[in-house]
Amino acid sequence: MKILIVDDFSTMRRIIKNLLRDLGFTNTSEADDGLTALPMLESGSFDFLVTDWNMPGMTGIDLLRKVRADERLKHLPVLMVTAEAKRDQIIEAAQAGVNGYVVKPFTAQALKEKIEKIFERVNS
Amino acid sequence: MENDETSMGEFESTLKKHATELVASLEKGRFGDAVQLIHELNQARDRGLYQEIGKLTRELHSAIVNFQIDPNMPQAEEVSQITDATERLSYVVRLTENAANRTMDLVEQSTPLMNGLSADAKALSADWGRFMRREVGADEFRELARNVEGFLTRTEKDSHEVATHLNDILLAQDFQDLTGQVIKRVTQLVTEVESNLLKLVLMASHVDRFAGISHDEESIRAEKDPEKHIKQGEGPQINADKREDVVSGQDDVDDLLSSLGF
Repeated sequence: MKILIVDDFSTMRRIIKNLLRDLGFTNTSEADDGLTALPMLESGSFDFLVTDWNMPGMTGIDLLRKVRADERLKHLPVLMVTAEAKRDQIIEAAQAGVNGYVVKPFTAQALKEKIEKIFERVNS
Repeated sequence: MENDETSMGEFESTLKKHATELVASLEKGRFGDAVQLIHELNQARDRGLYQEIGKLTRELHSAIVNFQIDPNMPQAEEVSQITDATERLSYVVRLTENAANRTMDLVEQSTPLMNGLSADAKALSADWGRFMRREVGADEFRELARNVEGFLTRTEKDSHEVATHLNDILLAQDFQDLTGQVIKRVTQLVTEVESNLLKLVLMASHVDRFAGISHDEESIRAEKDPEKHIKQGEGPQINADKREDVVSGQDDVDDLLSSLGF
């Protein structure tokens, strides 16, 4: 299971990386915005994408749209972990095809639940 | 501000008075008087306008002084308080980032120690159980005794190390005091800048009234349109519980998504 973590703050990437390791996912890579993440996704056979929304360069929502528009990537499960908490934004992400949405600040438990739920659905 | 009201009031009463006189002289066919009245009106308007522009200039000057920028200095922009505030905020970002990384380093160093002790205790516990049930021979007992001794030494050493890490984690929180002070100062500056800008805007609106300038309200409102900025994101919500259009936590997000059929 290869996971890409996209967030412009290295601290947040590190927290998510640690939480994922606790859940048994040790094969993770990092990118600091959509522009650096996209080429990695295109060439790197990732199984799961965790992304922030608000980032310089390319935002998470734009990255999600690019992923869904790409023939080879469109089935990639995407979890959004973000401080963006407007209802309109959550609806927008859902319509763009996000698989899960976690608002910051979040607990380890919330992240775990969402990830397990996504894999449950993907594997069924 | 009272002065502005009186100068505006003067201009308006002159305008009213001269307007009736102007109509009267036109009706009576005294065009010379009419032209004279128009000239006087123009003068009154110009006087007001000059006064307002004068005030605006003075206000601008004092605002610049308040921002402590010396316009004669070539590096004026670099020494402004705003630049200083930006540097202060970068300092906050740097300090909090360092503290977060330091804390995570220490947690990452402590976790394997705790996991190691826990695994050792579990293994020893199983052996100890067999010993209590008298299932352990003399040779095996000697090995068990050595293991217990090793475990005790390791526990003492590792828990001392973890305690040191915990103490360092505590110390890593000292940024709060420093960042708190910096943020308070920047907040104060922002409040001052806002009130100075507000004064300038009020002054400028007086000039607008004298000069008869009107602005395109619609384009100003369009500029503020929140829809325009939705894609870029807003960042963390400070008053989530007071806003209808914002979720107040993960439960809210889950409810919203399940209502959308997720």
